Amino acid sequence: MSWRVLAVLAMLCWTLQAAAVDNTPPLPDPAMQARYLALINEFRCMQCQNESLADSSVGLAADLRREIHDLILAGKSDDEIRDYLVSRYSEFILFRPRMSLKNLWLWSAPAVLLLAGILIAVRVMRQRARLPITDDDPPDTLPTA
Amino acid sequence: MKRSLLPLGLFALIVVVLAVGIYNAPKNGSKLIVSPLLGRSAPSFTLPKLIDVGQQFESRSMQGRWHLVNVWGTWCVECRAEHATLLKIKEQGSVPIIGIDWKDDDAAAVAWLAQLGNPYDMVVADREGRVAIDWGVYAAPESFLVNPQGIVVEKQTGAMNLEDWQAKFLPHLSKAPSPTGKSGA
Repeated sequence: MSWRVLAVLAMLCWTLQAAAVDNTPPLPDPAMQARYLALINEFRCMQCQNESLADSSVGLAADLRREIHDLILAGKSDDEIRDYLVSRYSEFILFRPRMSLKNLWLWSAPAVLLLAGILIAVRVMRQRARLPITDDDPPDTLPTA
Repeated sequence: MKRSLLPLGLFALIVVVLAVGIYNAPKNGSKLIVSPLLGRSAPSFTLPKLIDVGQQFESRSMQGRWHLVNVWGTWCVECRAEHATLLKIKEQGSVPIIGIDWKDDDAAAVAWLAQLGNPYDMVVADREGRVAIDWGVYAAPESFLVNPQGIVVEKQTGAMNLEDWQAKFLPHLSKAPSPTGKSGA
């Protein structure tokens, strides 16, 4: 094995090490482990607010991963785990806020904006359709080169 | 003329909305998060005492009196800045302070208190950080004012200075009638 291959292998090891943030022991059941992996990507790390619990190497994120791990083992549902974290850390811990009366305007904004866009487009098209043709050159004459 | 003003008007509106948003944005994003604990019962806990090794402290014993619960750790830089404030509050004697030593080394914590002074009436060790999670702690230091009924009435995230204490916390204490002895026994 040449030193080049060794160097590449060494670099690969380095990336593997960097990816291993989560030291929580895997859950015994693959379905549980899949739920665990989905959940830790749903929550915000409160200390480093643009990372998820899955990405963060901060101590609190590790504690919260352990907590989620234990709650799944204790038979809690995904929604119960979400409620558990929201009741302690507020909605802010959710990357995807829940719909409520308070943020209904925000959730409805895309639909409202789309509707407004369609209405404007229809109005403009109708206006244009009514315009008389005022081109100087009738379409059937060739432009003089 | 009128037609060309519409896009300009829309653009001006967007500029105004963005300017207001940027102007009102909190300088420190974490200050924006309102604790769900406010107005609710403080989570109960039983934790080992830091100084009287081998003994347990139960949060039940806080009932009937105002308490300031302060979450700190020797690894926490801001906590060092806050320590002087806690000592002042202790000096004023307005409220007993319960310290939750969060994910810390016991020996380091004892040394810290010996060196900087001990503002706490009781220090408990939350070595695994489970109680801190129940209290929704995410950035030490955090301070909670708990009333005699065990309700959290005020919270500060980050180092508290005397102005914070006087503006946010002290009014709750002066507003409330002072506890009238142990008539409930």
